[in-house]
Amino acid sequence: MDIPHNKQIKMLETMILSRKFSDTLVELCKIQGKIPGMMILSTGQEAVGSGVCAALEPEDVIITNHRSHNHLLAKGADPNELMAEIYCKKTGCNKGKSGTLHLAVPEVNAPCTTTVVGATLPIAVGRAFAQQYRNENAITVCFFGDGAADEGSFHEALNLAALWQLPVIFLCENNMYAGAQRYEEHTRVKDMAERAQAYNMPGIIADGNDALAVYTATLEARQRALEGKGPTLLECKTYRCRGHGETDPQHYQPKDEIKAWQDKCPIPRLADALVKAGIIPSSKLEEMESIADNIVQDAVRFAEESPYPEPHEALEDVYVD
Amino acid sequence: MQKLGMGQAVNQALKEEMYRDPNVFIAGEGVGVSIHVNPMFPTHGLLEEFGPARVKDTPVSEAAIAGLAVGAAEAGLRPVVEIMFNPFFTLASDMIVNHAAKLRYLSGGKSSFPLVVRIKSGAGFGAGCQHSHNLEAWAAHCPGLKVVMPSTSADAKGLLKSAIRDDNPVIFIEHMGLYFAQMPVPEEEYLTPLGHADIKRPGRDLTVVTWSGTLGAAMNAAEQLSRDGIEMEVVDLRTLNPLDKETILGSVEKTGRLIVMHEATRTAGFGAEVAAVVMEEGFKFLKAPLKRVTGPDIPVPASPPLEKFYIPDENDLIKAAREILDK
Ligand SMILES: Cc1ncc(C[n+]2csc(CCOP(=O)(O)OP(=O)(O)O)c2C)c(N)n1
Repeated sequence: MDIPHNKQIKMLETMILSRKFSDTLVELCKIQGKIPGMMILSTGQEAVGSGVCAALEPEDVIITNHRSHNHLLAKGADPNELMAEIYCKKTGCNKGKSGTLHLAVPEVNAPCTTTVVGATLPIAVGRAFAQQYRNENAITVCFFGDGAADEGSFHEALNLAALWQLPVIFLCENNMYAGAQRYEEHTRVKDMAERAQAYNMPGIIADGNDALAVYTATLEARQRALEGKGPTLLECKTYRCRGHGETDPQHYQPKDEIKAWQDKCPIPRLADALVKAGIIPSSKLEEMESIADNIVQDAVRFAEESPYPEPHEALEDVYVD
Repeated sequence: MQKLGMGQAVNQALKEEMYRDPNVFIAGEGVGVSIHVNPMFPTHGLLEEFGPARVKDTPVSEAAIAGLAVGAAEAGLRPVVEIMFNPFFTLASDMIVNHAAKLRYLSGGKSSFPLVVRIKSGAGFGAGCQHSHNLEAWAAHCPGLKVVMPSTSADAKGLLKSAIRDDNPVIFIEHMGLYFAQMPVPEEEYLTPLGHADIKRPGRDLTVVTWSGTLGAAMNAAEQLSRDGIEMEVVDLRTLNPLDKETILGSVEKTGRLIVMHEATRTAGFGAEVAAVVMEEGFKFLKAPLKRVTGPDIPVPASPPLEKFYIPDENDLIKAAREILDK
């Protein structure tokens, strides 16, 4: 497939931004008290969010999980507001109610991040149902990990979506681990995509470290959904280069395995491809890096300079008035 | 005496019971190979000690974990399963609420379900409401379940051992904020019976009934009030169901005033049950209307000032105490 050059460039920009964003968070987490709560990053998995979102239109919806930063940035969420929310500040996209884990950015059709593992799938079924109901020319993608595919919600959601031929892509981001558990330690199926057979929907596997492959697979699944042909289970094989969260010592992940996957980093891979294909000059890479760096530094400054919410603001937003 | 965090005390109880009874096994997400290698956490080192046949790491599947406990318990094993954070109890709740709590009754007393569900709970981690939501009132509302919520390491050890030996399903809720504070725990074998509250500090002027994470605040408040000559009796419920009405009523009879304090939200919280019991059975003892000091009726927010606003603390209790005493 010929992928438009601007799309390819966009994917690379998004991945670079996303990596800068998480690397900065790693540094911030080392400073005691800077960032409250947990810190769950998707370093090494950037090609998935970037590839998927590049294949979507603004009216398409994503529902994402605890490892959401990359998905949200790729969908176009404002880095300042994301960073401020991660800092739990008043100017954050959710006024400090969410913090890093449940970022909701309905403005870019990313209305729900849930940390309840497996919960993205049934919610996406509902969102896709609304799109079908209203005859919208749009689809829903839900992100979930390989671990989430073991929850009952996975099976119930796939069955219903297939039955009603809903316009949804079940996007399994298989990073080979669920918590401290390796893929083979939590399921017998060789590929999660196999499970699609049980619901009579396509189960597609893409190289999750190849943004272009993810993009192409998503575009095809989206087209099917728009034609009324129903859901797709799309499994993107990738790897979690850091721990489950930033306090996880990764004692169960072999060092050489991590190293091998770091060598397969999706960012230089796409960068090299674009340079080789003459889509960008190699000098452009430095410029992209520095633009991303500025965006993230601005976001950090914005977050740091923002106030915390006032304590009584905790009472707001429980109900619609 | 040894000093242990509550996680370590739970660990010791699990270890002792697993040595004592080969029917005891543990299961849950990361109870063996955990991302939390911290030795302060409850199942640390048990996989190495007992092996994978008795320390079962499960997939992320709470319904299966709870169902495993129900089925295995009926067969006479003594499962101790873990739910990683209290909000995820909702995914296990069909098995717990509709099955663990009811199947003995439905069998006309022929079957029993000697299982323990350990649940990690409590606000204070900046993790937000999908990780921090105290749901003890849900469990306590189910006949057929026992609900235990210790506030000290020593109680946690003795109560968990009793829970494991109990022939009924027991929901055992651990406040994660208590995992780190080192508290004395007897070295020798002991059991703390379920269904008995503990007077953690005697007093004559008013009673505070509390449990789990808010005990510390209650003790601090009592200490501070004492400097002003106000003696507050601190009753630690320890078990919510069965409820030790006798100790609560005895204390209120002595002091004539009651505050119920808990971290969970107020409306339909377990504090309402304690209040109702005292109104029904101890109204004549009361010299003033009782009060509740609880979390407000909101989900737990992530931002530090908001989360702090959520968690009821000693200042809230002292204020309520002064109001109830009118000083
Ligand atoms: C229902 C539920 N159970 C347990 C957890 C704790 N938990 C958070 S992430 C996680 C592992 C999820 O693995 P996977 O779905 O593969 O996603 P990954 O973290 O690898 O991206 C677990 C067990 C949770 N958040 N929700």
